[in-house]
Amino acid sequence: MCLALPVLVVQLLDDDRAVVDLGGIRKEISLALLDGVAVGEYVILHVGYALSRLDPAEAQRTLALFAQVGIAAVPQSAAAASTSTSASEASATQTAHSAAALNASAP
Amino acid sequence: MKYIDEFRDGELARRIGNRIAAETNTGRRYNLMEFCGGHTHAISRYGVADLLPDAVRMIHGPGCPVCVLPIGRVDLAIRLALDHHVILCTYGDCLRIPASNNLSLLKAKAQGGDVRMIYSPADALTLAQAHPSREVVFFAIGFETTTPPTALVIQQAARLGLTNFTVLCNHVLTPAAITAILESPEVKELGSVPLDGFVGPAHVSTVIGSQPYEAFARDYRKPVVIAGFEPLDVMQAILMLVRQLNEGRAEVENEFSRAVTRTGNLKAQALMTDVFELREYFEWRGLGDIPHSALRIRPRYATYDAEHRFALQTRRVADNKACECGAILRGVKHPRDCKAFGTVCTPESPIGSCMVSSEGACAAYYSYGRFKDVPIVAHAGTVASVAEASQTTGSTSPSACSAA
Repeated sequence: MCLALPVLVVQLLDDDRAVVDLGGIRKEISLALLDGVAVGEYVILHVGYALSRLDPAEAQRTLALFAQVGIAAVPQSAAAASTSTSASEASATQTAHSAAALNASAP
Repeated sequence: MKYIDEFRDGELARRIGNRIAAETNTGRRYNLMEFCGGHTHAISRYGVADLLPDAVRMIHGPGCPVCVLPIGRVDLAIRLALDHHVILCTYGDCLRIPASNNLSLLKAKAQGGDVRMIYSPADALTLAQAHPSREVVFFAIGFETTTPPTALVIQQAARLGLTNFTVLCNHVLTPAAITAILESPEVKELGSVPLDGFVGPAHVSTVIGSQPYEAFARDYRKPVVIAGFEPLDVMQAILMLVRQLNEGRAEVENEFSRAVTRTGNLKAQALMTDVFELREYFEWRGLGDIPHSALRIRPRYATYDAEHRFALQTRRVADNKACECGAILRGVKHPRDCKAFGTVCTPESPIGSCMVSSEGACAAYYSYGRFKDVPIVAHAGTVASVAEASQTTGSTSPSACSAA
């Protein structure tokens, strides 16, 4: 319900309206909930209305934070405990699971 | 797509998962509630739960407006379509909510009711302008994300002087629901639902800001981390919650800083205040009556209030007895505990509301996880032996299952 997507403002129209671009799809939306939005800015779009601006600097900071967590040394034991299944093991489990799924859904 | 794809990187997700595993190696458990249906959906769809260590338990919260809408309110909309012959407009999520007499808005449409699915409240206004001789009612639901657009169309209708447009308002408030959960006997007295912290709403917070959650950190000592709806956002928020709990902190932190500020969207808040006022109480499915938890249209906009125009009275209707939605919404039960789940209650033919919206706990579990817990049974002719099969159940990252 609260789904919303970041879209790029490409053209400003009259009456607080604008054309936005979402992965190549263009759509007319309302900017009535925000003041002073400019072409080239990203906004969060929900049911045809821009709810807030997307701050590119903050987005970059969050991505940098992810990368930092990723690089940080991970103790081997913890890594092994969670997701160290090898590729062959993984495909074997997948097959076993699919089989289980079929068995379960059969009458 | 920019600002979406970067937040879905599987390799980074695995690394954050490893870090969470390393930092939860403390012997304690971490019971975290994701309030929003959007988070519930992301956790199921992207297999986030499978990247988390056993010490972290995610509890699905009631932040799915379709799921918490009581049957009596849907009945009102159905009666408007069938008895008052209005053009009833609503979001697609609402069409399949099961209501009284085995009806839903979709079935009411099949019976001849003029029910229209709309993308935006502005579409409802356009319909009213296009059909001046018909009554057009917008059945509005949603949390604070969806409320400002409804407020805008009511103001617009007033400016245009429309006489055939009304709104049946079911907008509800997030902080009131979180308070209700924290004050519920299961959490407060019985301790049957241990709750250590919250993954806070994404888009609701773009409107209300991070400030309203500060009381939960201060008064209830529960950390809150506001997170975006992408899988990396959720994982990072979980890591931040784990760190707060490890350090004995209870603060409001904002992982979704690219879109959420402390004060939120003041223009949207002013709009909501102009058009809506608090209801003394509102019935929530699963949570019962919650005081000051919903909005109604102010008297000065009464002309645009469907409850006023059609003199509507909400009747209380009990849920289907077999349905466990109530307990699931309070975090007391899991969809797999419900006898109706996946048998008579499916997304195609839902009995309970949690199976209707893709954000509902039952629908998410049905779509992405229901085979995860099915014990593996080896039959003659299958490759895996029982021993091998039980071994794989233990070590499987069930994301393999959701990918299958």
